[in-house]
Amino acid sequence: MSLLNRTAGALYRRPRLRLSLLLTAPLLWLAVLYLGSLSVLFVSAFWTTDSFTSEVVKVWSTDNFHELFTVPVYRQVVLRSIGVALAVTVLCAVIAFPLAFYTARVARPKWRPLLVVAILTPLWASYLVKVYAWRLILSQGGLADWMLKPFGLSGPGFGLPAAVLTLTYLWLPYMVLPIHTALEQLPANLLDASADLGARAGRTFRSVVLPMVLPSVAAGSIFTFSLSLGDYITVQIVGGKTQLIGNLVYSNIELNLPMAAALGTVPVVVIVVYLLAMRRTGALSSL
Amino acid sequence: MEGIAIRLRDLRKSFGETTAVAGVDLEIRDGEFFSMLGPSGSGKTTVLRMIAGFESPTGGTIELAGQDVTGLAPFERDVHTVFQDYALFPHMTVEQNVAYGLKVRGVPKSERLARARQALAEVRLEGYGARRPAQLSGGQRQRVALARALVGRPRLLLLDEPLGALDLKLREQMQVELKALQREVGITFVFVTHDQEEALTMSDRIAVFDQGRIQQVGTPAEVYERPATPFVASFVGTSNLLAGEAAERIVGTTGTYSIRPEKIRVLKDSEGAGEPDHESAAGTVAEVVYLGDSTRFLVDLDAGGRLTALQQNLETSAEDVAAYRGSRVRLRWHRRHTVHVPDPR
Ligand SMILES: Nc1ncnc2c1ncn2[C@@H]1O[C@H](COP(=O)(O)OP(=O)(O)OP(=O)(O)O)[C@@H](O)[C@H]1O
Ligand SMILES: [Mg+2]
Repeated sequence: MSLLNRTAGALYRRPRLRLSLLLTAPLLWLAVLYLGSLSVLFVSAFWTTDSFTSEVVKVWSTDNFHELFTVPVYRQVVLRSIGVALAVTVLCAVIAFPLAFYTARVARPKWRPLLVVAILTPLWASYLVKVYAWRLILSQGGLADWMLKPFGLSGPGFGLPAAVLTLTYLWLPYMVLPIHTALEQLPANLLDASADLGARAGRTFRSVVLPMVLPSVAAGSIFTFSLSLGDYITVQIVGGKTQLIGNLVYSNIELNLPMAAALGTVPVVVIVVYLLAMRRTGALSSL
Repeated sequence: MEGIAIRLRDLRKSFGETTAVAGVDLEIRDGEFFSMLGPSGSGKTTVLRMIAGFESPTGGTIELAGQDVTGLAPFERDVHTVFQDYALFPHMTVEQNVAYGLKVRGVPKSERLARARQALAEVRLEGYGARRPAQLSGGQRQRVALARALVGRPRLLLLDEPLGALDLKLREQMQVELKALQREVGITFVFVTHDQEEALTMSDRIAVFDQGRIQQVGTPAEVYERPATPFVASFVGTSNLLAGEAAERIVGTTGTYSIRPEKIRVLKDSEGAGEPDHESAAGTVAEVVYLGDSTRFLVDLDAGGRLTALQQNLETSAEDVAAYRGSRVRLRWHRRHTVHVPDPR
């Protein structure tokens, strides 16, 4: 007991020691497993393959990156992937905002937790089940076609729009949740104060609600953006012939591992840039 | 000519089962510093929120400057509010906070910045314009809230316990500043507080609230010297009531009477009886409380009941005072300080 007390006392007096003991295990894990594998990825991106045997040749060269920037297909795929991630993010934000506004401020308080649970429920279902469900919905003569038929339209079929749509569905809860939380925590007296100073509802929304919730939109966008950028299964199932970075990585792994590594660094770099951009909005502190 | 800034007629508000405001009639004059005083939960905030327009009344009407505004939204009323917890916009700088009301009304940028700076100067916060509310102390935030409410020069300013969060020193300093500011700008102030001293020192008139009703409206002197109900007598100042048998024996008639502690002199048991125009009562000192500049005596009367007497410590010290405990004394006060308190109804 006294030993325990003495240890506790010593730890209390030495915050640095306490901190280092606390952080050692997770930091080791992060350094070895995560950063380690990332650096292996990065280093192997500078190797090449013997085009005849497909063996990895551990010779330093920047050919892969050179190829990445000069071969039109690669450039197209990279730009398309970023475009898809951005489109999914924008769609999620546009759909999530009114939804969260309803669950956080319009619905009766006793219904709110239930509505949040309802929004989160899809996260408990298997990813593949949901994507195959969308494959059924979007297939020829499927639900989408059937519902649009009375208007003389047909569903988008399989392709890029279908991939964007499905990804939007998949990641929507990650956007709704932070916005819901921010809206729910918005102090009512700030809205009162705004009206008190002469602002009508629209003005209050633009000048008070939106700026205060924007960091949470940015926080949600980090999820939707990075999850979309890393996805390659959805696009395989509903994307028709569409190729995204993930698909190229996947198809290169067997034949040209260094090229796959070079391709794999692209989303990492893009996401780091995206995070840095979002940090300016204060999104990281509202995660 | 003295106009009426606010007229409330039979104002009522219920939240489901609870009645927060149970019929309030009130007239507040132009340029007045008017306080609403009452214990927690007595409905002060609810009345204020109805005047501002955040809450719609269950019954009754509200007139501002002769115009019925009962059904109007907050942004349609020429009233600004200083909230109890300030309600500053955290994502705006101090200057943007202060200028917000002007921006909403379409005042051009250069003019509104100039006026915001001037308003900040009025509350002695020059040079703080670029900070965020989170970077200010409680007292500074409170002054920003004041500047924000004052910059548009409303006819009427509502203040909901704006000094509640401040320490004693800052609080006393802000009381003086607020009062000076009000005299300077000539706006009608409606000031909510549950601190009776604050209400007494700052107000032109006071309304004392209890259980959603106004118990008394009057100047600080009227409310303090001539409480209209036993509740007012006990809530404003120290509770010092004589009632029932004790009242009959000492004053001579039944009823409830209030005597302020500082009007009562503490004398030796042997002296002091039979002075003309004075009332006196013998008793035993139950407790003495040394307050530094004065001493409070709690005396159990032979006639029944207990009175509190407050004496300045002119020559006595803490040790002298302690010796009084348990001793026999006689309390004496001038007859005119025996104030009859009508029973409610
Ligand atoms: N939104 C509300 N819903 C339900 N009851 C409420 C609401 N607002 C106030 N009340 C009730 O109405 C009564 C009066 O409340 P009010 O806030 O006006 O009191 P107050 O005099 O301002 O008290 P305090 O000095 O503590 O601020 C209280 O009993 C309170 O519980
Ligand atoms: Mg209140």
